[in-house]
Amino acid sequence: MVEKIKARIMDYGKIKRAIQRMTTEIIERNRNLKNLVIVGIRTRGIYLGKRISKLIKELEKRDIPVGVLDITLYRDDFSESEAQHMVKKTEINFSVAKKDVLLVDDVLFTGRTIRAAMDSLIDLGRPKTIQLLVLIDRGHRELPIRADYVGKFLPTSKREVVQVQLKEIDKIDEVLITEPPGMK
Amino acid sequence: MKLLLKNGRVIDPSSGTDGKLDILIEKGKIVDIKARIESKGAKIIDASRLVVAPGFIDMHVHLREPGQEHKETIATGAAAAAKGGFTSIACMPNTDPVNDNRGLTEYILSEAKKKAVVNIFPIASITKGQRGEELTDMADLVDAGAVAFSDDGQSVESSQIMRRALEYSKPLNTLIIEHCEDKNLSNEGVMHEGYYSYLFGLSGIPASSEEIMVVRDIILAQEAEANIHIAHLSVKGAVDIVRNAKKKKIKVTAEVTPHHLFLTDSCLENYDTSLKVNPPLRSKEDVQALIQAVKEGIVDVFATDHAPHTQDEKDVEFDKAPFGINGIETAVSLLLDRLVSKNIISLKRFIKMISTTPSLILGLENKGKICVGADADLTILNLNKEIVVDVSTFKSISRNNPFQGWKLKGTPAMTIVGGKIVYPFFSSKSL
Amino acid sequence: MAFKHKHLLGIQALTPSEIITVLDTAESFYEISTREVKKVPILRGKTIINLFFEPSTRTRSSFELAAKRLSADIVNFNQQTSSAVKGESLKDTILTLEAMNPDAIIIRHSCSGVPHFTTTFCQSHIINAGDGSHEHPTQALLDAFTIRQEKKNFKDLKVTIVGDILHSRVARSNIFLLRKLGARVVLVGPPPLLPLEMKKFGVDIGFNLDRALEGADVIMMLRIQMERQQKNFFPSIREYRNLYSLTEKRFRRAKKKAIIMHPGPINRGVEISADMADSAKSVILKQVENGIAVRMAVLYLLLGGKKREAFA
Repeated sequence: MVEKIKARIMDYGKIKRAIQRMTTEIIERNRNLKNLVIVGIRTRGIYLGKRISKLIKELEKRDIPVGVLDITLYRDDFSESEAQHMVKKTEINFSVAKKDVLLVDDVLFTGRTIRAAMDSLIDLGRPKTIQLLVLIDRGHRELPIRADYVGKFLPTSKREVVQVQLKEIDKIDEVLITEPPGMK
Repeated sequence: MKLLLKNGRVIDPSSGTDGKLDILIEKGKIVDIKARIESKGAKIIDASRLVVAPGFIDMHVHLREPGQEHKETIATGAAAAAKGGFTSIACMPNTDPVNDNRGLTEYILSEAKKKAVVNIFPIASITKGQRGEELTDMADLVDAGAVAFSDDGQSVESSQIMRRALEYSKPLNTLIIEHCEDKNLSNEGVMHEGYYSYLFGLSGIPASSEEIMVVRDIILAQEAEANIHIAHLSVKGAVDIVRNAKKKKIKVTAEVTPHHLFLTDSCLENYDTSLKVNPPLRSKEDVQALIQAVKEGIVDVFATDHAPHTQDEKDVEFDKAPFGINGIETAVSLLLDRLVSKNIISLKRFIKMISTTPSLILGLENKGKICVGADADLTILNLNKEIVVDVSTFKSISRNNPFQGWKLKGTPAMTIVGGKIVYPFFSSKSL
Repeated sequence: MAFKHKHLLGIQALTPSEIITVLDTAESFYEISTREVKKVPILRGKTIINLFFEPSTRTRSSFELAAKRLSADIVNFNQQTSSAVKGESLKDTILTLEAMNPDAIIIRHSCSGVPHFTTTFCQSHIINAGDGSHEHPTQALLDAFTIRQEKKNFKDLKVTIVGDILHSRVARSNIFLLRKLGARVVLVGPPPLLPLEMKKFGVDIGFNLDRALEGADVIMMLRIQMERQQKNFFPSIREYRNLYSLTEKRFRRAKKKAIIMHPGPINRGVEISADMADSAKSVILKQVENGIAVRMAVLYLLLGGKKREAFA
């Protein structure tokens, strides 16, 4: 299965600057940083969330906790997909009740993942607000969902795949557009 | 009406005949056997490339009539036997009511005369109602036509009663057949006790439950100087006991069923109730010992223990399913494929064990042999034809046969009873 | 990683990696039961039937809670309320239930092999909740989950299983599972309840509890059924207690950090002394708690993410 790389959209520097810009926006919009918590959606949302938390610490000297959300059990496309998803742990060691929750994911596409994530969050407690941060918004929404913070708007065709790679697990920071094999 | 079998390979163990011969049949008897027979007006059957054997005799069959006609009747059991290559069958007395009196025996014989396409020989029970308490009127039953006595399905639990039965049978020139099982040991068992019963979590029937009864009966038979026939031998230990008894010239004979020769306890892994049988399917070691016993001649007879049960009765929890395998239509092909074509025993030996010897053990006159004057009961075999077992083609009412789908080489091609072709099922006018 | 079974009939059919998959999945589900909202929507719209032909409180409730925490609808049928008492055959009972279009049927029956038999005519996923003396796979899985919480690695463990091994489905499933994961298993009990041929399961067999406990990491006590005594599997409860009851004195022979397990219900003062059952070494209640996470994992792995047609 060789995927064809069509374009390299972001590199280390571009990703870094996008995260810095979004962090500044977060600080501007959340005057009460004490009430902010970050919840990263498995898998790459976790590392983006951690980077943002670290940046806020550097800029504002505030510790923002980062939790991990596994949305497998809330997916709505579950019974339609043939492959079985391995359930991983949700690890949120703080209460989300009455908090301003910053939900972090790598790519915003149909919006179904975010819908599942919000359902899951609300089952864990009743957040005061939920804000959404994504590194890439590639369009093609199927639900009325939009992000509060976007690293880059990227118009794509539906069959293309947007791959965000992060150093923490992929050894490199980059964003690629690829096309699955067998497609024209 | 004359019937002329031409060019068949005639094998008759009783006379040692084995060669290409013609056989002429008239009025239900064999009237001539020669290399070339010409006979005007006789219906000619071309038996070239086929084996002509004395009619096969299954001395262990359950016909279920009277009482359980939904499982099998005398007529359907006989048709199944004919299809399976048997010309005579002996039926066990565990009907409802039990065949423990002249009336029942005569009823079975008269029904058989009217409806059965093969010869039926009733076996009466040793004790009244098979309850193990009082002996039946054995002399009266012999007079009515019972060929042997058995409480099959269980042993005669009381050693005293068994001893009396053996003693009493002697001057009657009849035979006691014992299903050897010490119920105290087999208890609630549903399969052979051993590794697999522990693995499957099913209650076990230990080998000792059979061995103890085989030993007891042989000791009692020796004491009474009577004949004892051990039904469906299934364990190595019992084989050894019979071997020793034969060495000592004790008058013991034994039978083995195809399922005990070709299936083991490990086959029960899917809890398939068509494999639930008593005695149970035993271990691989037991099966090896049984095959060795067949080779050595320790086992005298092949019998099927044909035990029909309906699908509904078998479609239940393993513990609750009735014991029994419907085997009369698959026995001959199984034995030909697994023993004869694999050269474990010779064809002649096979015929001896399924025709000659059973007729001698049951004292059936003019049966189990091919000679002038003998009854024209013949089984014709096609050794080269391959069949696939398909229970849906059974003549038996029931279908509880575990060999479904087995590919087997060798099959009965024609069954002739009293000079009449009873299988394949032509209309009688074509004769 | 994957778990490609339609049914869970026994541990015997599972590979070591499938067992680990169930345990890992159960880890993820464990946390759900600690939440305020103890429910996730993953099996929303699925129907599960709890079909119990034998009295059981803990296994039935555990499956019921597991199903409910996954948002499945679950219906309980037990012998008292089903048609089984009216002379209906088992097959007819199950076919009737299946006509109601369940996705899974959880079966407990006193006859070994009933779940296997059911799969021959049933389209639903079948989960064995204990069949006769055969298997009780979810019990072994929850036991393994509990052992893993305490001990991490199965390879170096000595697990001593004590009691009526012959009739115990819990023992069988645990033996199969522990051997697959490489633990050393020692069986001990009265000889009539512990056939030597069971050695072929890859276990050691002993009749002396003191010796069998020597150096044990895990002690699994089995419930002794009083009716066995009537069939002379052992002479008397008194004799059984003297020889095979886990007491504090005996426990000292095991490793210091050994844990005590029991599938319940306990006969206090018979197979286990009250103080041992309640001691800090006992993980008996932990087993009950873990049962829900493990059963959630089993239901998820069988019912989640696959179309029914995939098996047609």
